[in-house]
Amino acid sequence: MIPLSWYLILSAALFAIGLFGVLSRKNAIAILLGIELMLNAVNINLVSFWRYNDPTRIDGQVFAVIVFAVAAAEVAVGLALVISVYRRRNTVVADEIDLMKW
Amino acid sequence: MECREKIMTAMQIIFGITAAVMVGSAIMVVTTKNLIHAALWLIVTLFGAAVLFATLNAGFIAVIQVVVYIGAIAILFIFAIMLTRREKGDTGPGLNRGWWLSAVIAVVVFGGLTWLLQGWDGLSKAAPALGPSFDSVGLLAETLVSPEAFVLPFEVASVLLLAALVGAVYIAFQRKGEE
Repeated sequence: MIPLSWYLILSAALFAIGLFGVLSRKNAIAILLGIELMLNAVNINLVSFWRYNDPTRIDGQVFAVIVFAVAAAEVAVGLALVISVYRRRNTVVADEIDLMKW
Repeated sequence: MECREKIMTAMQIIFGITAAVMVGSAIMVVTTKNLIHAALWLIVTLFGAAVLFATLNAGFIAVIQVVVYIGAIAILFIFAIMLTRREKGDTGPGLNRGWWLSAVIAVVVFGGLTWLLQGWDGLSKAAPALGPSFDSVGLLAETLVSPEAFVLPFEVASVLLLAALVGAVYIAFQRKGEE
């Protein structure tokens, strides 16, 4: 049987890689790609805790479904913002989007 | 009993291959300069997550992962990347100047999480066996719409999705007379 720790360590690794992408990429769309990786790590954690605790209580899967919905909403709004900024400023580099920087 | 042992080892091999593919493609997602390639590597990672959900007996989540994440979100990413390309977009470094600092932060987060997990005694627990009549999809459906359980968060999530879609259309809409 696969121990629970394997899933947890894999999802910690995915979370760390996504965090690196969010912190270090220049392109705003690449930052959103990193956020997707982090959300997936969270989902793997939720489903594996559901499986290893008490499978008759399905709360873990419910949380995973709600994370799916939130991820879809976040990507739709985020990409619309990036496209809108690209139309006005002709850039998607996060460093150059500094209109509200003081 | 021996057959059962063999199945478990096969599961471990599947997990190992999937984990290696997922970590490798995730590293490609955050380091590839060409963003289209990064989005395609993200699809590989999402497929790996679907395989993991299947090994966890969460068939419905695995299917939703393929349909929603790969079918909708990854395609949305690819379209957005194609809409925002410019000639010099793929030249120059894809990472900012302080990337080594973010690498240090990521390694510290990973190390801290694994160190925390070392001291927890629930780690080596075996998964409880599922009976042949266990139906996780039916249970999930009943829990999602049952008034004693999760019907309110479920409806709130629907309203959130609707609001996000209206907001996305409003933000990305090009009005007349605007460049």
